[in-house]
Amino acid sequence: MPHISVRNLTVAYDGQAILSDVSMDIPDRQITAVVGPSGCGKTTFLRCMNRLIDMTNGARVTGQVLIDGEDILAPDADLISLRKKMGLLSQKPQALPMSIYDNVAYGPRLHGLRDRKQLDALVERYLRMSSIWEEVKDRLHTPASRLSVGQQQRLCLSRGLAVEPEVLLCDEPTASLDPVSAQRIEQRFTELKQDYSIVLVTHILRQARRLADYIVFFYMGELVEHGPADQLLNDPRDDRTKAYLSGTIS
Amino acid sequence: MRRRAVEEGFFRALMVLAVALVVVGLLLIMAIITAKGVGSLSWEMITQAPQGGYYLGKSGGVLNAILGSLALAVGATALASIFAFPVCLYLQQDYAGQSRLASFVRTSLDLLWGIPSIVYGAFGFTVLLYLGMRASLLGGMIALTLVELPIMARAMEEAVRMVSQDLKEASYAMGGTRWETMRKIVLRQALPGILTAVLLAFGRGIGDAASVLFTAGYTDSLPRTLLDPVASLPLAVFFQLGTPFPEVQGRAHASAFILLVIVLIISVVSRMMGAKVSKYSVR
Ligand SMILES: Nc1ncnc2c1ncn2[C@@H]1O[C@H](COP(=O)(O)OP(=O)(O)OP(=O)(O)O)[C@@H](O)[C@H]1O
Ligand SMILES: [Mg+2]
Repeated sequence: MPHISVRNLTVAYDGQAILSDVSMDIPDRQITAVVGPSGCGKTTFLRCMNRLIDMTNGARVTGQVLIDGEDILAPDADLISLRKKMGLLSQKPQALPMSIYDNVAYGPRLHGLRDRKQLDALVERYLRMSSIWEEVKDRLHTPASRLSVGQQQRLCLSRGLAVEPEVLLCDEPTASLDPVSAQRIEQRFTELKQDYSIVLVTHILRQARRLADYIVFFYMGELVEHGPADQLLNDPRDDRTKAYLSGTIS
Repeated sequence: MRRRAVEEGFFRALMVLAVALVVVGLLLIMAIITAKGVGSLSWEMITQAPQGGYYLGKSGGVLNAILGSLALAVGATALASIFAFPVCLYLQQDYAGQSRLASFVRTSLDLLWGIPSIVYGAFGFTVLLYLGMRASLLGGMIALTLVELPIMARAMEEAVRMVSQDLKEASYAMGGTRWETMRKIVLRQALPGILTAVLLAFGRGIGDAASVLFTAGYTDSLPRTLLDPVASLPLAVFFQLGTPFPEVQGRAHASAFILLVIVLIISVVSRMMGAKVSKYSVR
């Protein structure tokens, strides 16, 4: 289980600061909810942790993100093993243009697994883990794009887990889902935190209340407050956190 | 309300008119070629090379030109793909992106697209002379490659650009390298468009006369090696139309008809392939 510390992380798009001087530690084997109003930099924060921010033109990142003491923002960081370690579940389920089976096997194949039997077992294990196996077991070789959006999001979760990451980065993973699918994903998270550290960006305060052990509150690119969920939700220190929790700013 | 209905009706009529003009024009061309050509079309036309006195109306066919054109266009299309594909991948945001080099390459391709193919022919001819070669299948292929490259690279780039950034990032997020992402995701998702690009270029290549005029030459014998001159269908049409004999001119139309059928077959086949490969595409 790697330990993540963020030190003086600053991100600017085209010279304009989007995240300024963020420093904090992400607790291990817990669900850390990242909350804050739209546009406050939650996605940007997440994208720094697996360096997907590199794909954004004009983004300038300074500071450090230390994983077990190693700065992953360093230019010579090994992106492949970093991204293998940090699984991502994005807001919009993004099925790959291939079959359901190949979607789940995609990551393991990238990382060198070829054996058919092992792949079969792995695909089944992770499809079960995100509770979609029963729905798709008879059509594993049909295009993944034919699944419903809720099913696709669970498929994406299986696909992310199949890479065997150690940390899960989730960007509003239930935002495009119906209540039932959302609930299923939430249940998975509570089980998964036994083995993974989970960073969960969410818009829904109630979801943070339900799931989070630790809460991070961003406002306009600034890390305003972070702390254990109980403390932050019931006894916030900063006025902006109070305002956000009471719904006066959103 | 009334005004908007009239507006709607007017522009609809305009569109229908434009479509009708285009379709009628195309059908007319095909009808004329068919009408004038089918009479001269025979088994002999497509199975024999020209015999002695063919251009005076004696027996023979244009097998030399059919094979020559296929060899030229297939070779040039293959060569052009080898270059166009990496170019279109490189122009993506993941590699060169918005850099100055990328926009320079795009502009150059657009410029190259507009250059008349006779210029490529002349350029190719100069190169051949310089290398001490004569007009040949290889020379023709190279000139045709230059003709096909811009159209193919630009059309491929359009197809590849349609692949969403989110989709690519899904692959990167699992630890895929850029090349793995290109090969396994972008290529798959863009394959129908890439096939269309190849087909477009092939159609342009097989129909082009000017670029092969000096570089491939013309001969009545069948192509044997890369360094021999070859005949081509567009030039066969040109030479036969240029004779004063009606039966030879009829054969010119028959040759044009054969060219049309070849392009049609390639188009249908690639469309079927496209439908097959797009089964897994995500929208
Ligand atoms: N590629 C980009 N170029 C320029 N600015 C950007 C870019 N991407 C994001 N931004 C800006 O950065 C800020 C933070 O964006 P970010 O996506 O991190 O917000 P967020 O907290 O995830 O919002 P939401 O809750 O709506 O998803 C926003 O003001 C946004 O306009
Ligand atoms: Mg976001």
